[in-house]
Amino acid sequence: MTLQTEDDVADFVRAAKGPVAVRGGGTRAQGGVDETLPVAGLSGITLYEPGALTLVAKAGTPMTEIETALAAERQQLAFEPMDHRALLGTAGVPTIGGVVATNASGPRRIQVGACRDHLLGVRFVDGSGTVVKNGGRVMKNVTGYDLVKLLAGSYGTLGVLTEVSLKVLPLPERVATLTTVVPDAAAAVRILSDALGSPYDVTGAAAAQDGDGFRVHVRVEGFDDSVGYRAAQLRDLLHLDDGADPWADLRDVTALGDCPFVVRVSVRPSQAAALLSRMDGMDRVQLDWSGGLIWLGGAEAALLAQAQAICADIGGHATGIKGDFGPLPRFQPQPAPLAAISAGLRAKFDPRGILNPGVMG
Amino acid sequence: MHMPTPDARIMALKAALAARLRAVLPADAVIDDLAETRAYECDGLSAYKCPPMLAVLPATTAEVSDVLRICHEMNVPVVPRGSGTSLAGGAMPTADSVVLGVARLNAVLETDYADRIIRVQSGRTNLSVTGAVAEDGFFYAPDPSSQLACAIAGNVAMNSGGAHCLKYGVTTNNLLGVTLVLMDGTVVELGGGHLDAGELDLLGVICGSEGQLGVVTEATLRILAKPEGARPVLIGFDSNAVAGACVSDIIKAGVLPVAIEFMDRPCIVACEAFAKAGYPDCEALLIVEVEGSDAEIDHQLGLISAIAQRHDPVEVREARDADEAARIWLGRKSAFGAMGQINDYMCLDGTIPVTELPRVLDRIGALSQEYGLDVANVFHAGDGNMHPLILYDANTPGQLELCEALGAAILKLCVEVGGCLTGEHGVGIEKRDLMAVQFDPADLTAQMAVKDVFDPKWLLNAAKVFPLDASATHRAA
Ligand SMILES: Cc1cc2nc3c(=O)[nH]c(=O)nc-3n(C[C@H](O)[C@H](O)[C@H](O)COP(=O)(O)OP(=O)(O)OC[C@H]3O[C@@H](n4cnc5c(N)ncnc54)[C@H](O)[C@@H]3O)c2cc1C
Ligand SMILES: Cc1cc2nc3c(=O)[nH]c(=O)nc-3n(C[C@H](O)[C@H](O)[C@H](O)COP(=O)(O)OP(=O)(O)OC[C@H]3O[C@@H](n4cnc5c(N)ncnc54)[C@H](O)[C@@H]3O)c2cc1C
Repeated sequence: MTLQTEDDVADFVRAAKGPVAVRGGGTRAQGGVDETLPVAGLSGITLYEPGALTLVAKAGTPMTEIETALAAERQQLAFEPMDHRALLGTAGVPTIGGVVATNASGPRRIQVGACRDHLLGVRFVDGSGTVVKNGGRVMKNVTGYDLVKLLAGSYGTLGVLTEVSLKVLPLPERVATLTTVVPDAAAAVRILSDALGSPYDVTGAAAAQDGDGFRVHVRVEGFDDSVGYRAAQLRDLLHLDDGADPWADLRDVTALGDCPFVVRVSVRPSQAAALLSRMDGMDRVQLDWSGGLIWLGGAEAALLAQAQAICADIGGHATGIKGDFGPLPRFQPQPAPLAAISAGLRAKFDPRGILNPGVMG
Repeated sequence: MHMPTPDARIMALKAALAARLRAVLPADAVIDDLAETRAYECDGLSAYKCPPMLAVLPATTAEVSDVLRICHEMNVPVVPRGSGTSLAGGAMPTADSVVLGVARLNAVLETDYADRIIRVQSGRTNLSVTGAVAEDGFFYAPDPSSQLACAIAGNVAMNSGGAHCLKYGVTTNNLLGVTLVLMDGTVVELGGGHLDAGELDLLGVICGSEGQLGVVTEATLRILAKPEGARPVLIGFDSNAVAGACVSDIIKAGVLPVAIEFMDRPCIVACEAFAKAGYPDCEALLIVEVEGSDAEIDHQLGLISAIAQRHDPVEVREARDADEAARIWLGRKSAFGAMGQINDYMCLDGTIPVTELPRVLDRIGALSQEYGLDVANVFHAGDGNMHPLILYDANTPGQLELCEALGAAILKLCVEVGGCLTGEHGVGIEKRDLMAVQFDPADLTAQMAVKDVFDPKWLLNAAKVFPLDASATHRAA
């Protein structure tokens, strides 16, 4: 059955007898759920005003279509959503709804904010089949509660997104990358933090494994002369060299593509090295957001429980991204009062518990 | 504006409640004398006043938790309060409520330049957050005009913005974590030093929830390295439409100024009379500020001036140094003071799509004539956040009502063209009864469901944000 309108989605949800898996690009069904709710039929950009920096699109719109339309006006989704396909080894066509539902945000998040910070409005169908809108298409909006943030990253468990409205930004005239190799994660984080603590508007601060050490990457973007100036300042300040552009691979975490298990960890940057020193059984590591985002790759599902236990101790959280973690929770377990609030919200928005059950919480 | 009738059964509990609160708070932290509770009778929306039954000034999260637990047990409504500068009546009490002020919670708890965060207690003022890190070359970006007085508590509750949010975002984009006390006294931590939520983004919905979901006692904020410098250019035009088109072109050209401020003729005239900033005699004026090194600033101002020249400006004045920059900002910064000299005024803050600027300004002009009240416009044009100032005389009977009716008409216009009722001041009581203009019943029900979960008894700031008829069954539950 193809669903093409918001009303179709609402009818589908109302008629559903049991659990449904919300699917954007259609890569594979989630385990244990037979019925799929495909959103890909709700497709197309409904409004794009380059002069107002806003784009509205139906949730099933392929990312490629959005990126092409933006590039024609020299604009972009500045939060740099990752393409999971290389990491997960899947095919499919990533959709804007999937990006919003997972709050997918890449290296530039450190400077411009995450998907949720660029999301101006949403329309969704909740678990009772009711259509709800929140936010809008303007940059500043504090009218009522911010359900936009709540829906971003809710993995389809509060509602099926039908339309999203996003802030877009100019494409930079020039990109420069500075790099060096350091012996360990602590040294990498130090350089990256110094870069971000400078006034030179750094838009990428990542580190990839290089032999026994780490290769640090620092990015500046903007107008030609300005990039030249800031790159020169950073080169001197932090003793860096000019490097090639690694950002698409860093964004998509391709270096961990051959790992059967991948865990994504979010911590305070200064805790990154401590966390890594307490982990064992990991084969590959990538650092982004100056150490605040850590990708761990390994051969065992135990990687996740270990990372979650450390996060429970030092703060932050770990999420299973790739691999069959069995009965383990994919998301970091929350303290009881917060778990009760999250469960309470799901019970309100999806009283029958039919939307992506088991995906989160 | 209507408020629910205070509950006499609750008011009868005053003495018993005061006694229980005194058992958990220092003596001077419980205020029950009528003369003293008057200090809390209103916020920045001073047209509406009502002293609370009691006010309390806890100094720790544990004390806040004790207060809420006791009020929860006794079913007493609570109105959280920061510095009381809300322009929406968000901190206005009801006669059967306890005002919980966080002014005594004002410490800096931690500063970490490597992680670029600061953790403060929520009663600390916005400006003093930047004050705590400025010497080390950092700042906290959201800068409401009220920043000398307003508290982080109110900023978080209202998701406040400022002049520089075009580049740096508003409070929600710079907030990494809070300590939140729920109405039953439970203390929870949301977020922290890391950048994103590990489960549902509860922090995202707390920010902007207008004191209705819990009491914020601490906040972790993102701090940024100060740019090398900043300078504005002033551009005058002989029509609003041309100025609006220029704003769109600047944005499209890929320059990202930190601020684009717009003033129309009534505002220019008033500011000039008040501050003598030397503004050109024109219909519309833009102040565009950019940041960076001197050379970067020159380059960006050059681009902006070139775009402006294509729109036939009356004048383009680039600031060469700090002195000229200050003169350019002088008039804009005194806009509210200048209006206050002329008359009483009401400040709206609806947001519109930037592309609708010229049309909306024309329509506001027509409405102003229809209602017979002057309207001056000064606003953050880069993000479409309008600030129409309606001038009226509070001493003339009927003028406040007329002013409110004109305000409602302007806000309806903002929604009609694809915008919203409020871009930074919040709904409070001021825009509560207009919510149905922007939202369908199902939209409001979904929002109220969130309050049902956080505050099942609807004791926190309950008569705000949602139209009373829409929230009636929830409040009665
Ligand atoms: C954390 C995570 C782990 C994954 N692990 C694996 C794995 O191990 N192996 C594998 O083959 N694939 C996995 N996937 C799926 C993979 O992400 C997708 O194959 C790919 O990113 C894009 O395909 P898609 O468009 O079908 O999924 P997306 O559409 O990107 O879906 C991603 C998530 O968002 C939800 N979603 C999508 N659209 C909407 C919408 N309109 N409204 C509400 N919710 C929506 C989905 O239910 C899903 O939970 C995983 C996805 C996530 C988010
Ligand atoms: C001259 C002037 C200029 C202004 N300029 C701007 C501007 O440029 N941008 C802008 O956005 N706003 C502006 N404002 C509005 C106002 O300053 C902001 O809304 C501010 O954030 C309110 O902070 P406060 O501490 O005074 O909060 P209060 O007025 O005390 O309270 C505001 C709301 O926050 C809730 N609250 C307070 N403390 C807590 C807490 N601890 N936990 C939970 N909820 C709480 C209250 O219940 C209330 O709903 C301006 C106001 C004035 C008077």
